[in-house]
Amino acid sequence: MSKKLTAKDFATSQEVRWCPGCGDYAVLKSVTKMLADVGASKENTVFVSGIGCAARFPYYVDTYGFHTIHGRAPAIATGLKLANPELDVWVVTGDGDGLSIGGNHLMHALRRNVGLKILLFNNEIYGLTKGQYSPTSRVGTPSPSSPTGSVDNPISPGQYALGSGAKFFARAIDTDKIGMAHVLEQSHAFGGASLIEIFQNCIVYNEDVFASFTDRADAAQTQLHLRHGEPMLFGENNGKGIRFSTETYSLEVVDAIESPDEVLVHDEGNAVIAHLLVDLHIPVALGVIYRQPAQRFEDAFYAHHPSRMERTKSVADFIKGPNPWVVS
Amino acid sequence: MSKNKDVDSIVVRLAGDSGDGIQLMGSQFAVSTALSGADFATFPDYPAEIRAPVGTTFGVSAYQINLGGGPITTAGDAPEVLVAFNPAALKVSLPLLRKGALIIVNSDGFTRRNLVKAGYEQDPRDGNGLDDYQLVSADIGRLNLEAVKSFGLSKSEGGRCKNFWALGVMLWMFDLDLTPIEAWINRRLAEHPTMRDANITALRAGHAYGETAELSAALPQIHLEPAGMPAGEYRSITGAEALALGIAAAGELADKQVMLCSYPITPASPLLHRLSRLGELGVGTFQAEDEIAAICAAIGASYGGMIGVTSSSGPGIALKTEAIGLAVSAELPLVIVNWQRGGPSTGLPTKTEQSDLYQAVYGRNADTPIPVIAAATAGDCFDMAIEAVRIALRHMTPVILLADGYLSNAAEPWLIPDVSKIPPIEHNPAPDPSADKTPQRQAFERIATSFGRRWITPGTPELMHRIGGLEKDIVTGHISYDPDNHQHMTSMRHAKVELVANFIPPQTVELGDDSGELVVVGWGSTYGPIYQAARKTGASFVHLRHLSPLPENLGDLLGGFRKILVPEMNYGQLTTLLRDKLDVQPVSMPKVSGQPFLISELVARIQEELAA
Repeated sequence: MSKKLTAKDFATSQEVRWCPGCGDYAVLKSVTKMLADVGASKENTVFVSGIGCAARFPYYVDTYGFHTIHGRAPAIATGLKLANPELDVWVVTGDGDGLSIGGNHLMHALRRNVGLKILLFNNEIYGLTKGQYSPTSRVGTPSPSSPTGSVDNPISPGQYALGSGAKFFARAIDTDKIGMAHVLEQSHAFGGASLIEIFQNCIVYNEDVFASFTDRADAAQTQLHLRHGEPMLFGENNGKGIRFSTETYSLEVVDAIESPDEVLVHDEGNAVIAHLLVDLHIPVALGVIYRQPAQRFEDAFYAHHPSRMERTKSVADFIKGPNPWVVS
Repeated sequence: MSKNKDVDSIVVRLAGDSGDGIQLMGSQFAVSTALSGADFATFPDYPAEIRAPVGTTFGVSAYQINLGGGPITTAGDAPEVLVAFNPAALKVSLPLLRKGALIIVNSDGFTRRNLVKAGYEQDPRDGNGLDDYQLVSADIGRLNLEAVKSFGLSKSEGGRCKNFWALGVMLWMFDLDLTPIEAWINRRLAEHPTMRDANITALRAGHAYGETAELSAALPQIHLEPAGMPAGEYRSITGAEALALGIAAAGELADKQVMLCSYPITPASPLLHRLSRLGELGVGTFQAEDEIAAICAAIGASYGGMIGVTSSSGPGIALKTEAIGLAVSAELPLVIVNWQRGGPSTGLPTKTEQSDLYQAVYGRNADTPIPVIAAATAGDCFDMAIEAVRIALRHMTPVILLADGYLSNAAEPWLIPDVSKIPPIEHNPAPDPSADKTPQRQAFERIATSFGRRWITPGTPELMHRIGGLEKDIVTGHISYDPDNHQHMTSMRHAKVELVANFIPPQTVELGDDSGELVVVGWGSTYGPIYQAARKTGASFVHLRHLSPLPENLGDLLGGFRKILVPEMNYGQLTTLLRDKLDVQPVSMPKVSGQPFLISELVARIQEELAA
């Protein structure tokens, strides 16, 4: 068992059944590579998913896996963590599964800080049910259920997570191997509830919906890769930076060569800036946007339990109640 | 009521505002009754509102207790003693009373304002409306305040002792010992010495008042016959207490930890509260964000190797339905407790009904059978909780355990079982890794006698596999959309539930002959009234604890009777189930008033059926 596992060791015999060219393939590859890189043990790793295209994920990873029902994976994973806090539990969900039908459970998993690593595959569309608009679809999205364009305002996964009390929120683009590897490893190391929003390209129903910032040709101009303690720089030769405007109380782009001192240094613990970063459009903030370590729910649960879930007494000690009597 | 008499049994009803401490007074009265060696059964009847407007009829909280020589199995039909703290309590209770009943009223409560609130145009004590009863007026409020005057309490604090003052009178009337109640007050109010001493003083003052010449002339003193119950050690227990202990005992018998995941709902919450205090028995409780999360977390706990339990009432069970299907498909053990209440929708949250039988047996999408069992009495909740876990672990299936609002709150004496004598609960442990079979296949290998699969939990080396709600190949355990396979899997899921019947005892008659003219068939909390009605009429009585599957011999047993009468607190659901599963034509006796059956109405109906 001391043999170092490779990404291939985490593959199952099951044929992967996503559409050719789907962004999920790239995510699967990054995840199995990360598992190998962090030295994950197969038996102590569990993937729990809900319903949707991404929810097939557990069948393709040779660890323990539970493909559950629509939206409920965070609740099932919470019970699993209570039963065995030592497990490395990953939740695989999407914009419909996690933010629509399962929005309640995701919110509570985040605010409780259950030790779950939650991968939110956001493609702004319902793929498995053939292309209806989702809670993250932009206003005006044409779809089979909104032929003249959707009318409801989208939810921002980042604002949702921060508003729910998430202690870890990160972002990555499905095909960005380096960015994915970074957030996956950071998520793995975090311990508490970590939410990773993955910009996932659905090539059938919502192709290129994120192209404005995922096109590699323009990536330097459109992506802001955050690292804790480092200045928020982007653009060609890192010529641009992000500063905080004390006039508008918002983030704005500044020439980093002319005004290097005005460029913000990324502090993952700064909740105010995190709220502003998730709303930044061009460039789009990627990497670990917010991190605030705190006690995990399962650890608090065991710490408050009178016997840490051990059976230290017998039913016989309780069964008589306060006032037993004898009939002879 | 004649004075100073010995009685077999007597029904007492205590009624007042929901803030008067009636439930507390009633439960303490039950304890002292039990300690005297008498049998009893109780029926707490309280409003859905936490603090309904004072003095109104819908704010009346009542506690009925039937006490005396055994066997006492119901809270009794018609009270012979009523303690009414205000006009509303009198008004609500009067139609229930037996003619000639003794009514003790708190005359302080009969103010002009309270009379108006209760809808009385004139004081009922003045007219001839109470001519058929014996009326005793006592200034309970004033006498109590005088008794506790020396403690320097405010009027409202002092007033809160009046339930103990009244309890003191009742203890005198029934010749019951004050000591255990005083001990209870000492424990309960140890940290509030002034209130502790004031309550004990009020209790003694009420008792002394009973002894005064004035009142003892008006009040009878009643001596209860001992119940003649089987020898042993007893306690008073409610269904919620018994079910909590049963779940914890099942964990001990299976040598597994228990995780109850629940969302607050009336009348299921007492189980959550009880189990939250049994942590040292390897029990954890998780209050989830909603009913769906509650069952899902319980499924997650079962997947992780604990005994997952969830508990709710009908509306909450409806929300859990999809997840029950997941547990069936994934073949995971799970116990779902349904404390039934009146419906549909929010219905009658604090009133009892047994109208979720269809939901339990038939109420899921697709062909999704699961075992269903039901507790008969408060004490039986203990045994049925163990049975539910036993079935869930043996067959790797969710099990529904039906209880109801009446059982949750009603108290009865319970012969304390010796847990060490109960057979251990077996499960199907993880196999050794095999060179010939994939872990996926091993995870779905089923034991031939139960069709229960292996319980392999994450963390087990070399047996990594995937489970889920998609249909699986019956052999390999991989996803399969093969038509023949789905046919086989559906048959297997049905057969698994049918196999439970091989492990349950044959159905016997509770009372009477095992063939003849008429059998009364019951299930759930109607056990008590049907038992008494059958005893009085000589009819045979069959009580079902296993509802799906039914005991194998049930058809033959019921076939030996010319007529089958099924009283149930719903619109005829067991009647339908019996017609569906057996070749019988039962006669339905539905009751959906939110109140348990009266013995008298059952007796009348049985006699009618026998004469027809």
